[in-house]
Amino acid sequence: MNQSKAPIYEALEKFRKMRIVPFDVPGHKRGRGNPELVELLGEKCVGIDVNSMKPLDNLCHPVSVIKEAEELAADAFGAYYAFLMVGGTTSAVQTMILSCCKQGDKIILPRNVHRSAINALVLCGAIPVYVNPKIDHELGISLGMEIEDVKSAIEKNPDAKAILVNNPTYYGICSALEDIVKIGHKHGMKVLVDEAHGTHFYFGKNMPITAMKAKADMASVSMHKSGGSLTQSSFLLIGENMNKGYVRQIINLTQTTSASYLLLSSLDISRRNLALRGQEAFDRVEYLASYARNEINRIGGYYAFGPELINKNSIYDFDVTKLSINTLDIGLAGIEVYDILRDEYDIQIEFGDLGNILAYISVGDRKQDIERLVTALADIKRRYSKDRTGLMSNEYINPKVIMSPQDSFYAQKESLPIQETVGKVCSEFVMCYPPGIPILAPGELITEEIIDYITYAKDKGCSITGPVDPYINELNVIKGREE
Amino acid sequence: MDLWFNDEHTDTVKLSIKVEEQLFSQQSSEQHIDVLQTREFGKILVVDGDIMLTEKDEFIYHELLVHVAMAVNPNIKEVLVIGGGDGGVVRELMKYDSIDIIDVVEIDPLLVDVCKKYLPEMASSLDHEKVHIYHEDGVRFIRSLDDEYDLIIIDSPNPYGAGEGLFTREFYGLCHKALHDDGIMINQHESPFYRDEAFMVQRMHQKIVQSFPIVKVYQGFIPSYPSGHWLFGFASKAYHPLDDIKEEAWNALDIPTRYYATRLHKGIFALPVYVEELLKDVE
Repeated sequence: MNQSKAPIYEALEKFRKMRIVPFDVPGHKRGRGNPELVELLGEKCVGIDVNSMKPLDNLCHPVSVIKEAEELAADAFGAYYAFLMVGGTTSAVQTMILSCCKQGDKIILPRNVHRSAINALVLCGAIPVYVNPKIDHELGISLGMEIEDVKSAIEKNPDAKAILVNNPTYYGICSALEDIVKIGHKHGMKVLVDEAHGTHFYFGKNMPITAMKAKADMASVSMHKSGGSLTQSSFLLIGENMNKGYVRQIINLTQTTSASYLLLSSLDISRRNLALRGQEAFDRVEYLASYARNEINRIGGYYAFGPELINKNSIYDFDVTKLSINTLDIGLAGIEVYDILRDEYDIQIEFGDLGNILAYISVGDRKQDIERLVTALADIKRRYSKDRTGLMSNEYINPKVIMSPQDSFYAQKESLPIQETVGKVCSEFVMCYPPGIPILAPGELITEEIIDYITYAKDKGCSITGPVDPYINELNVIKGREE
Repeated sequence: MDLWFNDEHTDTVKLSIKVEEQLFSQQSSEQHIDVLQTREFGKILVVDGDIMLTEKDEFIYHELLVHVAMAVNPNIKEVLVIGGGDGGVVRELMKYDSIDIIDVVEIDPLLVDVCKKYLPEMASSLDHEKVHIYHEDGVRFIRSLDDEYDLIIIDSPNPYGAGEGLFTREFYGLCHKALHDDGIMINQHESPFYRDEAFMVQRMHQKIVQSFPIVKVYQGFIPSYPSGHWLFGFASKAYHPLDDIKEEAWNALDIPTRYYATRLHKGIFALPVYVEELLKDVE
């Protein structure tokens, strides 16, 4: 297909030139009714904030320019079909699960998934079978699933309907995707891939294998992360064994009927850009990330980890565009470095957890900004470095699942001070955001170890989200249930 | 022909200078460089559309960057110049026989070549054997240094574009580390007059105050720069710029200058009230 086309963008351009008189929504009418909004966003932007109409197609039931844009995206990503998503990659992950699992169905997944996956289980009533990811104790990060662990989960749960794989993780760790797909398919299970952090795998040179290349059934790609589109826009990709019409129906269960053309056109233009110039863009990102890794490792104390970690199992491959840095040897938690960088050096990075920070490198970065980041890290070491005793690294805590996420979410609950919840079953999520990977999910047993972890993370300055109580002094637990 | 160069000082204020001839115009890897011949200001070096220096008034800027620190510590031997590819600062430093080493970190090799060709009165100083030029990012250069220099002069252009990293907390912090225990850091400190630049003055001052125990600001008048009223920063680990001035020793050196003198030195740290308040706000 001709990837230099951008049908939604072209239709919007044509539409603008026609100077159509709007007697439809949105009521700001190309911004004329809201001058402050125009001042903020600019005329071009509000001018294309329009409603679905025949010349612009309709995301709920695409027949013209949106359909063409989806076909072009499928072609660019090597997928059977691609859906334009406007509810974030969250909506793509949820659609994957809702498309394959019904009430009571089992799904095999690593516990370090994004909250969106477990949310989908609350919605549809599927039962999670967790595979414990391997842990790198030195770095304190969760790795991929080992193939033996996936096999054993399948043997114990031959009735499971699907396997969800996190590939790559936030830190750039990849699992043995091809092998997992083969085993899953052999046992009649669908293989779903949360590829939120892997858009660039489809376009860069020598990148880890993509979900579609590995013949997975569905994949969620966050175009707004490495793909360059606007926040909240995303693609859902499917393979040839999926029913396209049914997936569309599932999407329409929860998706808005007033999809934003700002998001849709940003997906269209970004897909074109990736198809035409993606490789050279990601060459540059790879160069910047490798350069930064070398420079940071020269400072000493910090460890910017890279492809040397690959072990062809729990770290099957590594995404070299990721810049993750372990900070424990300078005596600071990752979250502390994250806060110092913003408060004292005017540098905002993606996230910091207990032992690591992650700086997101993209095609928008300049070499001089990389120099600033590296120099700031050197200066932080000069000013703050101390002994590492007393620092906790991120330990993966093996969850004890007592009830299904749905049952526990809707069960009778009570709110208790956090210290009194040991031995109770949690009915809500608790996580640090970012990265948004749950410490506790609905239906899991609260232990001493978990409470210590939450208290420590709060103390170090992590933003903890999920519970009804915004200060996390109390937790909702299942009423009257003690384990 | 009526050819005029406009230097935009703010969005609504500009300085216009009649151009007799455009001598050079080229995009380097870092920036766009122009050299213009004018009647009033002589040759003008323009980078990304902004005046970097003019032959007529560059002596004011360069003398103020060098001699204030030298009068406070005439024993300075090792000097690092960040930026300064035009050679103006080095020309002033070369007036001191006592200086052994001058390291110049200028990211743009083309800028050095252009200045050597069109502004040799300044740039020929860069050819001296005491001078070593490093074509790399100043922020990267400083990272690995520890206790190496008596004086660091930050002769960088604007706090946006290629030189952005030279106006940051991390950079000043690592300058502190690169200096000896009695080291001095001098920086061009923008103008306090127009609103946007006054804000930059505050931001820079705040970051330097956080990095050095002794921090004072002094001023000079440079007609071709926005508002003409320019500030410089003096930051030191040990010396106070007024209490510790070695007036006799410096005068005995008999350094030829056209702007700087030790009696001027004592006056330039006395700032207008509004500038004092601007600085005090962030201390």
